[in-house]
Amino acid sequence: MEIAELSDLLVWAAATTFAIAMIAFAIDLGRRGDERIEARSEARAAVVPAGADAGTVPDEAPAAGDVPAAPRRRAAGIGVSTSWLGTGLLLLGIVLRGVAAGRTPWANMYEFTLVGSFIAMVVFLVLNLRRDVRFLGAFVTGIVTLFLVVGLNSFHVAATGVQPALQNYWLVLHVGVAIAATGIFTVSFVMSALQLLRDGRDSGTPFLTRPGFRWLDRMPTPGTLESMSFRLNAVGFVMWTFTIIGGAIWAEDAWGRYWGWDPKEVWSFVIWVVYAAYLHARTTRGWSGRRAAWFVVVGYACVLFNFTGVNLIFNGKHSYSGIS
Amino acid sequence: MSGQTYRPEGIADDFTTGETAADRADAATGAAAGTSATGPGDGAGRPPSGTPKAPRLGWRGMLRWTWRQLTSMRVALMLLMLLAVAAVPGSVFPQRPQDPAAVVEYLGEHPTAGEWLDRFGFFDVYSSPWFSAIYLLLLVSLVGCIVPRTISHAKALRNRPPRTPARFERFPATASGTTSAAPDEVTGAVAAHLRGRVRLLPTFRVDTGTEDARPARGKVPARPASRTVAAERGYLRETGNLLFHLALVGLVISVGIGHLMQYRGQAIITEGRGFANAVVDYDTFESGAWFDPESLVPFSMTLDAFTSEFATDSVAFAQSRDFTADVTVTEPDGSSSEHQIKVNHPLEIDGAKIYLQGNGYAPDITVTDAEGATAFSGRVPFLPEDQLYTSRGVVKVPDVSEGLDQIGLIGYFLPTAVINDDGTAESVFPLPTDPLLVLEVYRGDLGLDEGVPQNVYRLDTADLEASVDEDGERVTLLLEPGDSVELPDGLGTVALGEVVPRFVALDLRHDPSLAWVLSFSLLALVGLTGSLFLPRRRIWVRTWTSDGVTRVEVAGLARGDDAGLSGEVERTLAAVPGIETDDRPADENTEG
Ligand code: HEM
Repeated sequence: MEIAELSDLLVWAAATTFAIAMIAFAIDLGRRGDERIEARSEARAAVVPAGADAGTVPDEAPAAGDVPAAPRRRAAGIGVSTSWLGTGLLLLGIVLRGVAAGRTPWANMYEFTLVGSFIAMVVFLVLNLRRDVRFLGAFVTGIVTLFLVVGLNSFHVAATGVQPALQNYWLVLHVGVAIAATGIFTVSFVMSALQLLRDGRDSGTPFLTRPGFRWLDRMPTPGTLESMSFRLNAVGFVMWTFTIIGGAIWAEDAWGRYWGWDPKEVWSFVIWVVYAAYLHARTTRGWSGRRAAWFVVVGYACVLFNFTGVNLIFNGKHSYSGIS
Repeated sequence: MSGQTYRPEGIADDFTTGETAADRADAATGAAAGTSATGPGDGAGRPPSGTPKAPRLGWRGMLRWTWRQLTSMRVALMLLMLLAVAAVPGSVFPQRPQDPAAVVEYLGEHPTAGEWLDRFGFFDVYSSPWFSAIYLLLLVSLVGCIVPRTISHAKALRNRPPRTPARFERFPATASGTTSAAPDEVTGAVAAHLRGRVRLLPTFRVDTGTEDARPARGKVPARPASRTVAAERGYLRETGNLLFHLALVGLVISVGIGHLMQYRGQAIITEGRGFANAVVDYDTFESGAWFDPESLVPFSMTLDAFTSEFATDSVAFAQSRDFTADVTVTEPDGSSSEHQIKVNHPLEIDGAKIYLQGNGYAPDITVTDAEGATAFSGRVPFLPEDQLYTSRGVVKVPDVSEGLDQIGLIGYFLPTAVINDDGTAESVFPLPTDPLLVLEVYRGDLGLDEGVPQNVYRLDTADLEASVDEDGERVTLLLEPGDSVELPDGLGTVALGEVVPRFVALDLRHDPSLAWVLSFSLLALVGLTGSLFLPRRRIWVRTWTSDGVTRVEVAGLARGDDAGLSGEVERTLAAVPGIETDDRPADENTEG
């Protein structure tokens, strides 16, 4: 078998593994939703002084019943280990892709999708080593599965060398950092979206108070989600700033101007301004919290559009997708 | 202390105000907090309850109020949002500076909408009045916000850490414990710990103090005389933030100056020929308002050779792999030197950069008219239209002998041609292994004498007559290098030279602001990194002895989100000799 084909096969395998991880995480979320309800009724059943808030039952429900709390999260454990497995497969697929093409494996849309998904998974898994963020699992693996399948079906191009304009160490730096930032923004987007949903449920938005959204009660508080999302966004924003500066330095050499309002440049600028607005919103009275989280949602929508829409719809200098 | 610290209107910042969310809640439940009443739409977003009537402002008051608003966080936020939205149309509609031809085409296709869009600057968004207005206002707001902040930060840099507050329990991170060490020992150890190991570069700025015994007051229980430590770190965080914002201003200014001083010229040259660095020698030349033609250093340059490489494997067949132009540069003093220009590797001479922007073939074409006179002879650049270098070009032959029709030739140059069964020809590889020139012939008045500028790569055939054969089909002439072929209708002959020269499109650019633009960008990046990741923290310690044991209490406050604050507080407490930490309920923030 050709190395390039092996790489494609590994990516398919990774996508499948992530789909399994997603199901495992989703089962975990569903169970935790039920557990919450049980915990509530247990709390009520116990003799509680009047006025005690059932909502303050500690997160890891004490081994109150005969079922200990730990085995209940076996599904999440499966999710984490399959996530590691999928990430390993994906890494191998990326490396082989680079070997087959004889260059850095991030020079077109397909490869960008692979590496971006990889980074998102790494951010999630590394974060999970430091604190329990398994609640993110279903969403991160879900998005990544979607990315990989779309990438394989719509963006896939043969592994080959690159044109002269791309033969530069800036390909490694500028594009590499852009992809890393995108992977980070993916995870922080999930956090901010969950923040908005949980916030909506807490404040009684009719749609979100349905039983189907019970699992939201097990999410961290909106405040915790917001500060986690912020930390990632801060890193992502600095990387995005570097992406733009690096891109300008490269454009100065490759295209003879450092900035020319090419569609890709326009959208990178828009993304940068939206995330800058997000950082300001966080520190502006009346805008922190919920409203600021919307900036993350809008910013991430712009990131996705910059990647897909701008490459495929507009005709700019960044038409390196290889898709005709 | 908030009295001397400048804060933009509307910023939510517990750190510089020195008040915590709990304080604000206290204040809100108490009497209406008479904070800065700034007139209409108070900074806090709601008019302070119970304010009877806003005093009459007068025009100076109005001005001051407008200024306060313009430099407020909320307005900065609005302007940033506007800026993002306003930038979008420039990616949707064709833009004149980038692609004037596309604008003309768009106007042709959408005459009514196009006219309105044009009127509102949608074809040149980034120089439009509305886009400029947004970023200029943002810049004014930025300067208005940053200058006072810089001044107050410069003062704050010399400030001592704020006094140890009376109550610790309202701070986001606290820790406490007991020890047998004396309070003096405790403060000494804590101060040494907080200052860190490097004497000249202390981590924290530390003050130690003493407090008299105090009776119970309100919620604060009675306390014997105590020793205190007040410490602060992270002045660089604010410095970084200011550096970032100032660098943005510098960036915009240097970009603007660059636009005024830069120049850019394009020249197409063929192998063996050259051009001189003079405004007249360029095919197109643009420059900023402050450009001085005298500033062009009059070097000259010759294209010695041009080589290109293309992939031949089946996966990436005919994709470009390398372009190299070998040139000789002759300086005004007569010295000459050889260089290479490649994509991504411009050549720098005399402060200007020369880029390899395009390349193609410029077949050597000679037209002899019906009377046998040479009416045209020269290299004609044919512009590549696809990856296989199917290249299109025109030859305009106005200088025929007296009384004859002028001749126009339109055609394709195919570097490696194959002729299909239906007689059409196409190029199958970009390198000239089997070149073929395919021409159609027109005659009539080319309209060159009417003074209307014409595109040299276009032939307007509307008023010309095409040569056709007996069946009414267009005549196409096929020429291989070295061929000479009769033109139809007895117009004369056309010949193609033995070798097909290559041409390169060079772009020469000089922008004296580049170094500044780069420096400010990097400063902005450094400042931003500092302002986001350097922790800004205050730590307070109070310690006293009662009933023979020494109590130690620590509190911490951070600017913005700071995951490491409780760790810092705990480490501070752990630095106390012989400490026994009090048990505390788990931190509620670690859920999830
Ligand atoms: C070109 C427009 C601007 C851009 C791109 C921009 C960008 C940024 C960025 C990226 C940060 C994040 C750094 C941090 O959070 O520490 C920031 C912080 C900040 N900006 Fe701006 N800014 C702009 C204009 C302004 C203006 C006009 C003001 C004043 C009203 C302002 C006031 C602030 C303040 C006070 C902070 C610190 C917020 C905090 O406490 O973290 N900025 N800005």
